[in-house]
Amino acid sequence: MSAPAVLPTLQPASPLAVPITTLTYVTLEIGLAVFALVTGLTFYFIWRYKHRGADGEPPQIFGNARDEIIWMLMAAGILVVLFVLTWTTMNRIDPQAGQDGTPDLIVTGHQWFWEASYPRGTNPSGMGVVSTASEIHIPTGRKLLLEVGSADVIHDFWVPQLARKMDAIPGQGNRLWIQADKPGTYLGACSEFCGAQHAWMRFKVIAQTPQDFQAWLAKQAQQAAPPPPNQTDVEDGAGLFVRQGCGECHTLRGIGARGKVGPDLTHFASRGIIAGGVLDNTPENLRRWLKNPQAVKPGVRMPNYRLNDAQLRQLTAYLETLQ
Amino acid sequence: MTTAPVPVETASAPISRPRNLTRWLSTTDHKDIGMMYLALGALFFLIGGVEVLIMRLQLARPGNTLLEATTYNEFFTLHGTTMIFLAVMPMLLGFSNYLLPLQIGAKDMAFPRLNAFGFWLTAFGGIVLYLSLLEGPPDAGWFAYAPLSERPFSSSLGTDFWAAALLMMGMGTTLTALNIIITTVRYRAVGMGLWKMPLFSWMVFVNSFIIAFALPSLSAALIMLEVDRALGGRFFQGGGSPVLWQHYFWLFGHPEVYIMVLPAWGIISEVIPVFSRKPIFGYEFVAGSTVAIAVLSFAVYAHHMFAVGFARPVNLAFAASTMLIAIPTGIKVTNWVATLWKGSIRMTVPMMYAIAFIVQFTFGGITGVSFAVLPIDWQLTDSYYVVAHFHYVLMGGTLFALLSGLHFYFPKMTGRMLSEGFGKPAFWMITLGFNGVFLVQHALGMMGMPRRVYTYPDLPGWGALNMFSTVSAFVLGLGLVLTLINIVISWRMGRIAGDNPWQAWTLEWATTSPPPRGNFVRLPPIKSSRPLWDLAHPEDPDHQRPTRHDQQGKGHIRPEEKGHEQ
Repeated sequence: MSAPAVLPTLQPASPLAVPITTLTYVTLEIGLAVFALVTGLTFYFIWRYKHRGADGEPPQIFGNARDEIIWMLMAAGILVVLFVLTWTTMNRIDPQAGQDGTPDLIVTGHQWFWEASYPRGTNPSGMGVVSTASEIHIPTGRKLLLEVGSADVIHDFWVPQLARKMDAIPGQGNRLWIQADKPGTYLGACSEFCGAQHAWMRFKVIAQTPQDFQAWLAKQAQQAAPPPPNQTDVEDGAGLFVRQGCGECHTLRGIGARGKVGPDLTHFASRGIIAGGVLDNTPENLRRWLKNPQAVKPGVRMPNYRLNDAQLRQLTAYLETLQ
Repeated sequence: MTTAPVPVETASAPISRPRNLTRWLSTTDHKDIGMMYLALGALFFLIGGVEVLIMRLQLARPGNTLLEATTYNEFFTLHGTTMIFLAVMPMLLGFSNYLLPLQIGAKDMAFPRLNAFGFWLTAFGGIVLYLSLLEGPPDAGWFAYAPLSERPFSSSLGTDFWAAALLMMGMGTTLTALNIIITTVRYRAVGMGLWKMPLFSWMVFVNSFIIAFALPSLSAALIMLEVDRALGGRFFQGGGSPVLWQHYFWLFGHPEVYIMVLPAWGIISEVIPVFSRKPIFGYEFVAGSTVAIAVLSFAVYAHHMFAVGFARPVNLAFAASTMLIAIPTGIKVTNWVATLWKGSIRMTVPMMYAIAFIVQFTFGGITGVSFAVLPIDWQLTDSYYVVAHFHYVLMGGTLFALLSGLHFYFPKMTGRMLSEGFGKPAFWMITLGFNGVFLVQHALGMMGMPRRVYTYPDLPGWGALNMFSTVSAFVLGLGLVLTLINIVISWRMGRIAGDNPWQAWTLEWATTSPPPRGNFVRLPPIKSSRPLWDLAHPEDPDHQRPTRHDQQGKGHIRPEEKGHEQ
């Protein structure tokens, strides 16, 4: 994986984002030219007409209607150009997404993580069941129709290198197109203030070749593997998961957990980050998280279950098997 | 003065007034109320400033733990609300209250008691907002987007305090605006036609219409929000529409941007001509474009909502109106620059702030146009680029205009000059600090940093730029403290100003500093927008200029002035 782009808004990786960058440069250049003209004249006049001890008042010039009209027309001309560019660029990057038809991908904002589900998974067994969090996998080279919604307050889906941003509004499914040219990891973030942990509602879009993506989707469609035999910690962890009522909030296909508040954990261990990017998914970090989520991400919906060290070890061991 | 001023029939003798707290609590004099608005604004500016310095400390490095998430959210909610409603608006209303009657040759506002009532409503609104500290301050942002601001997601009373405070302040401001409109229409001195009013009064007059039409939208939205929160209504939640809140809020919120900049433009339009020793270039265009902006300001609001998923025609209409409003705004900038042309420029402290205003406001205006270019908005809205943009307009613009006005009008208000020895270093600290804070935030936005985050991951460059921004904020803060010291010292020991220390031309300079109660003992004859120029140059008064609009495209230049070189 290459390092993430430093200036993602100017390093597009999608035919849907390239025109935005081009337009940004054009607007920037026009803007800087106008700015240079205004400040240049201002400072030139200050230097040229600074009071150097002359007596009396300078010529009293009241204005000039012709000049006013000329610079009004100049400004209007620039703006007409910008408006036309705006319109044509919009048509290229945001072709009207039909409101009917199943989207390729449904992304739902929650306080505070992103859920992604795949209603059109090509693997028949995976259709409609795959749900992941904080890491959205997409196949490269194809324009995908994405529906953005929210489970609670307004969020905003923003992956600068791949597409325009779009608000996630409860009760309103907004649609947009997204595409990645090359396999890679693209950083995203929630871009609308959504409460205490807005800062940690980050996510990654992981673009894979269509083959890799299909393999990933097929794997995600499977139920969670039963705990391997002869590993007592893992078995105890699975039991603990059920007894502690984790399934009230989390879905974990395979042991009957169907909660919808927190992320789907069926393939938890296949993800690189947890809890909206606040931690990397390592056994050590997971343990820290389970020990007291409120200390890691204050305000998060997950309460502190006050697990003892043995329970933490068991639960971590179990969750880390969920590849 | 070569011509004796003519007596004014209406001018009354100054009335003696009590010199204690009772005076300030009971005063209905527009100058006292103006000063109280300015003091209120300055006090809350200090509070809002301390809040933001703490926020900047939290953001100085990635993963900092100085403030908790919720505390940070409370801080930025209070910072935004305080700066907009309790710092910038009171300071602008302070100048408006103080100067408008003086500039149009009136004794006071039309309804002095209503004026005092408006001030106290605003002051009590401020107290109510900060009383929320007892219950847990509001934390849904100054824009309080539903449903985050609704009971299920903001259960503390903070948001209710916030709504009550805004209702009070909104009502106070609306009353003051109506007062200004009526004063301007009814109480102008004999000879002071609408097209002879000083540009500051012009802009304050037009601004009052924006206030009177925009604030009711906010008040309505706040009442609906409270019905939702307190009574379980369904305006913006549970079957109601979260986006509807945004429509109401921005129908107020974007005109509000102009409410916060029009009086600032007025100050700049007074300062630049005086220190260029020339009349404003294109008076009619500067005044007229203000009306265009007032009307258009209600037609652009949805550019705050380009990411909510409007259909193409709605987006395009608001993009077009937003670009359109750049034209009358651009007219103002070009006319200020043209006023410098062939002037005799005095680089006093108020002029330095005015020049910095032109540069920074232009920059903020240009980045503003980039948001009308919708695809750019679809990348950068709600990123740090927005934070940078509107601080260039509201701080680099409005605050710099307020500082220019402070240095310009302080002699009139107190009778003493502010020290240039303090003023110039403070100017440089404020200017360098301000640009240091916000210039880099454009880059942070382009690097993908969303706004309103209490912390951020350690991505390449993020920590360094944020640290630079934080350090600059403290330089800016020091410059403002130096200005405060300047005010305190100069008020006691500054050089005596006299009536007209800057040789300005409008009526406020035709009376003593500070003006007596009733403002004028005598008014000079008013035959043009520069009565004091006419008085000092009886051989060349403005009203004997041949025409307002020259047909040959040469402007109103007398033949003997052509080719004039200093």
